[in-house]
Amino acid sequence: MASDSEKPAVDAVTGTPTTGHEWDGIQELNTPLPRWWLWTLYLTIIWSIGYWIVYPAWPLISSHTTGIVNYSSRAEVGQELAKLAALRNTQAAGLANASLAEIKASPDLQRIALARGKAAFGDNCAPCHGGAATGAAGYPNLIDDDWIWGGKLDDIQKTILHGIRWEQNPETRVGNMPAFGRTGMLKRDEIAQAVEHVRSIAGLDVDKGLDLAKGKEVFAANCASCHGEAGKGNPELGAPDLTDAIWLYGSSRQAMTEGLINGRSGIMPAWSARLDPVTIKALTVYVHGLGGGQ
Amino acid sequence: MTTVDATGVPNADYDPRDDIPLYAPAPKVYPQSVKGRFRRIKWGLLIVCLGIYYLVPFMRWNRGASLPDQAVLIDLERKRFYFFFIELWPQEVYYLTGLLILAAIILFLMNAVAGRIWCGYLCPQTVWTDLFMSVERFFQGDRRDRIKLDDAPWSFDKIWRKAATHVSWLMIAWWTGGAWVLYFADAPTLVMQFATLQAPMTAYLWIGILTFTTYVLAGHMREQVCLYMCPWPRIQAALTDADALNVTYRYDRGEPRVSVKQAAKLREAGQPAGDCIDCHQCVAVCPTGVDIRAGAQLGCIQCGLCIDACDDVMRKVMRPAGLIGYDTEAAIVARAAKTIAPARRLIRPRTILYVAIIVLVGGAMLYQLATRSLLDLAVNHERTPLFTTLRDGSIRNSYTLRIANKRSEARPLAITVGGPAGTTVEISGASPSADWRPIVTVPADSTIEIRLFVAMPRGVATSSSQLIQIKASDLAFGESATVNENFFAP
Repeated sequence: MASDSEKPAVDAVTGTPTTGHEWDGIQELNTPLPRWWLWTLYLTIIWSIGYWIVYPAWPLISSHTTGIVNYSSRAEVGQELAKLAALRNTQAAGLANASLAEIKASPDLQRIALARGKAAFGDNCAPCHGGAATGAAGYPNLIDDDWIWGGKLDDIQKTILHGIRWEQNPETRVGNMPAFGRTGMLKRDEIAQAVEHVRSIAGLDVDKGLDLAKGKEVFAANCASCHGEAGKGNPELGAPDLTDAIWLYGSSRQAMTEGLINGRSGIMPAWSARLDPVTIKALTVYVHGLGGGQ
Repeated sequence: MTTVDATGVPNADYDPRDDIPLYAPAPKVYPQSVKGRFRRIKWGLLIVCLGIYYLVPFMRWNRGASLPDQAVLIDLERKRFYFFFIELWPQEVYYLTGLLILAAIILFLMNAVAGRIWCGYLCPQTVWTDLFMSVERFFQGDRRDRIKLDDAPWSFDKIWRKAATHVSWLMIAWWTGGAWVLYFADAPTLVMQFATLQAPMTAYLWIGILTFTTYVLAGHMREQVCLYMCPWPRIQAALTDADALNVTYRYDRGEPRVSVKQAAKLREAGQPAGDCIDCHQCVAVCPTGVDIRAGAQLGCIQCGLCIDACDDVMRKVMRPAGLIGYDTEAAIVARAAKTIAPARRLIRPRTILYVAIIVLVGGAMLYQLATRSLLDLAVNHERTPLFTTLRDGSIRNSYTLRIANKRSEARPLAITVGGPAGTTVEISGASPSADWRPIVTVPADSTIEIRLFVAMPRGVATSSSQLIQIKASDLAFGESATVNENFFAP
């Protein structure tokens, strides 16, 4: 063991001085770190003090030190959001000044409209029509090519603006499927016959035991005024095409009979009172572009 | 810690081991100037390397009007990397992986063939340190003058010499950073911006960082970087072998070390005398301050300057040159044992392996680059819903297509779908071609996303899932991309 006067012992193999520490005959070599290594540690400490001065650092009782540059990540988010809002305002102005057809024709405006429309759809329309706009029984599927009230841009915009059977709105779309059964306008067997006639023109399976000719008569007398002689429907009145493959309430005999007995009068709110015109334009373009727009 | 009390008696708990320093100042190295073959090679390589570094950003390469015309450009804002005729997109960053593998293996191969060529001649740390040392020598003189100047008290002469050195270093360091940022923006424009002080803040920031690192690493840290920061010397020590050429002191010839007079006497008496006269010139010229005669070591960057210094001395003492030289461990061991040195084995398992890996990786990269498609098509099947029933009972699936056009011209693409007869295709916003195929135009050097509707009539979409082929064909360049996708039906 080294004493005061002795020089540190030197390891014979490496020629390196030892620290004098020894365990079971194994000695620890003294290979000191370069001093600049220590300086880098001090430098990082000084650097951290710089941080305290420049940036928010120390917690105080009710607040914290703010630092001389007054940085705050929250304020930075606020600035980013303000920037985004400004950008959206500019884009909204572009949409406001363009007609639906112009938006559709311009790739840039269409891109903005689709993005805004998608967000607005998720916020407002998805609860009934579904997130993917596939609808449900009683809530139309918006991605197919069937439109009860018309599938042109203007038709869609009018539906969104004024709603369907939304009484508060004077311009709302109105069309009634009367409750033929409940009101006694048609008897039970007449309803059954009419259902079989509709099934026959729609290409669905038909119960041959019923009088189709009678059903056709009932249809001509009661249904054709809205749905047309051939059952092709009338978008002006919101009367669906009864010959296509798409059935809002399902194509089962039960669903069709129920419609004839109780009538159908699904409601869609008028969004003119709740959404701004630009959002409605964007929604129109979005829905039109889902796959069925005419 | 107090080692003695007021009366001079050592404290009872004093342990001298506590006084051993844990940190030691790095001894300052004063490399002496040297002339010779390897010094000339190093000057040549220094000029070539710095020339490449400073001039490449100014090379031009015409890519058409819409793209930058800088030959080598990392365009972070538009997320493109340009290298002469190559333009890479971010998703092709795997080329970088390949390049890094190649770089590592080439380094290994260099080492297996001729030691630390990289360290001694090409490493930026070596090149810039060499440059900084020559500045130092210009203002403060050679080794002896510098040692004397450092020991001298502060005087006007010392102050201006030191100041001139550091100011010159800082200027070189500034230009190092200045050239660095030129790789990230249009070089002539940025130079103009610097001249008029209009350059973006980021450019100044990066120049500041590079100025700091260059000044510190090449001016002050020097060999400490090699000794403590760089991993390569440690890896290199594990990879070298007895057949690798290294800058080596030929101890078979040099030992025992004796003075010139002593050697003459010994040789007359027929006794062995080494050629090494222990003049320490090899140590004096060494930029990392090591003694090459101690054998291969971590601190030796194998720059060959000790060879130049020793050859000069050998010439003066009328002994053959090459006491220090590029040699293999195997040859020296054989000569020391008075046996015939084996022929140098250039072809060894490791060199074969390294070359094989280089050929394999390089070949794979070249193949990938040569067959690289400039038209990318990616298809995503719409999941909600998987299919939609239309009025006439037909079934429609929708797909999102991402089409990347890597050319510098806008390209009209015909989108076709291969499927059973009756399959129809619809893309909103697409204009039909003469044969009614929908055409979409992808702008130059960009990606677009489109929705594709594919419908099959009732009775055709029978199975719940069938394969269709979605194809984008370039009408102008004849390129095409095809993706197989599923068509789902109830």
